[in-house]
Amino acid sequence: MAPALLEVLLLEVEGLACRRGGRRVFDRLSFTLVGGELLALTGRNGSGKTSLLRALALLVRPDTGTIRWQGTDVQAEPETWRGRLAWLGHLDGLKADLSVRENLLVAERLRGGGPAEDRLDGVLIAFDLASLALRPVRTLSAGQRRRTALARVALSQAPVWLLDEPLNALDQPAQGAFRAALAQHLAAGGLALAATHADLGLPARTLDLP
Amino acid sequence: MNGFTTLVARDLRLVWRRPGDVAVVLAFFVVATVLFPLGIGPQADVLARIAAGVLWCAALFASLLSLDRLFASDYEDGTLDLLLLAPWPLELAALAKCAAHWIVTGLPLAVLAPFLGVAFGLDAKSLVALAATLLVGTPTLSLIGGLAAALTLGARRGGALLALLALPLCVPTLIFGAGAVESRAIGEDFSTHLVILGALALVALATTPWAMAAALRQAGE
Repeated sequence: MAPALLEVLLLEVEGLACRRGGRRVFDRLSFTLVGGELLALTGRNGSGKTSLLRALALLVRPDTGTIRWQGTDVQAEPETWRGRLAWLGHLDGLKADLSVRENLLVAERLRGGGPAEDRLDGVLIAFDLASLALRPVRTLSAGQRRRTALARVALSQAPVWLLDEPLNALDQPAQGAFRAALAQHLAAGGLALAATHADLGLPARTLDLP
Repeated sequence: MNGFTTLVARDLRLVWRRPGDVAVVLAFFVVATVLFPLGIGPQADVLARIAAGVLWCAALFASLLSLDRLFASDYEDGTLDLLLLAPWPLELAALAKCAAHWIVTGLPLAVLAPFLGVAFGLDAKSLVALAATLLVGTPTLSLIGGLAAALTLGARRGGALLALLALPLCVPTLIFGAGAVESRAIGEDFSTHLVILGALALVALATTPWAMAAALRQAGE
């Protein structure tokens, strides 16, 4: 879903370490990710997958280490970096009283994206949400909500996707839709990091957190 | 400003979908103020004397009543993370939330108060002063309340803690708000009070968004 990119994207993480409540969550983590690559974060419960994603999104301050985007430290220009991100947390980030359509459009506008109305229908169809578009999210099942949250990510056109357990609550057709959207994003030169227990079904590098 | 207006519009739309939340606040305001004449008795001079203080206190409590959900609902459904990740200042987002809160709480309270003032036997000049002071003073209450809401985010018994944090900070606004109406009742000029209320609102506007943003970032960790 990312626009055609002229330059190759590059995310470098070097010596990242994070402590929560005096306990080491992860330590001296280094990896490099270029456009078109998918990094699957694996590890047991509590191994720090979510913390790593939150640290990359600058929601949690890492203790040491640097994150560089296109060679520039993201801490130097946090707002530019945030503008490159699409986030899927373990919460869906949807307003229960807004419809699927309203949720997607509001989220995209809050993200500072351009007009999304003309792209919206395609995304709704891709995630099989067209018939639910006007339903309040309150009335949807967990899987339908997750699909809406994934549609929000797909709509964003952000070059970096940070996904926390994207396959949660998804049935087989929805997993297929997600894989297709992710594959399209990677093919367009975007990159993605996904914390996951299940197989994502796409060629991915794996980072196993101890 | 695009994100700011989007967020204000979103919150107003959410309130529109659940008008009960605002109705409860306004009903509380009416019931709380009406209790005073019932408890004190129908001495017109006493009621007119305490009217300004009672209405201002009730407006303060009513405006705090709905504040504990200001950031908590976004925190619980994960939309706060999206605001934290938005590529525009979190300070503006916090301000937008307070602005939406004021539009659905402070503004109706200021409109409603003169009608209740009639029940207390306030004269026309005092009623105008009451509406004017509430109009200028309630934004401060929304901002200070918003700060308390951000600070108590994720805390147990957040609601009680919120009131405990916000009420002392609202004292200057309360004093000058009620004081303006009383000055007007005895025929004095109340513009000084109004100017001070405006100054308090500006101080709150200039300081609370930064504090709110810091508190929200902390809550997001």
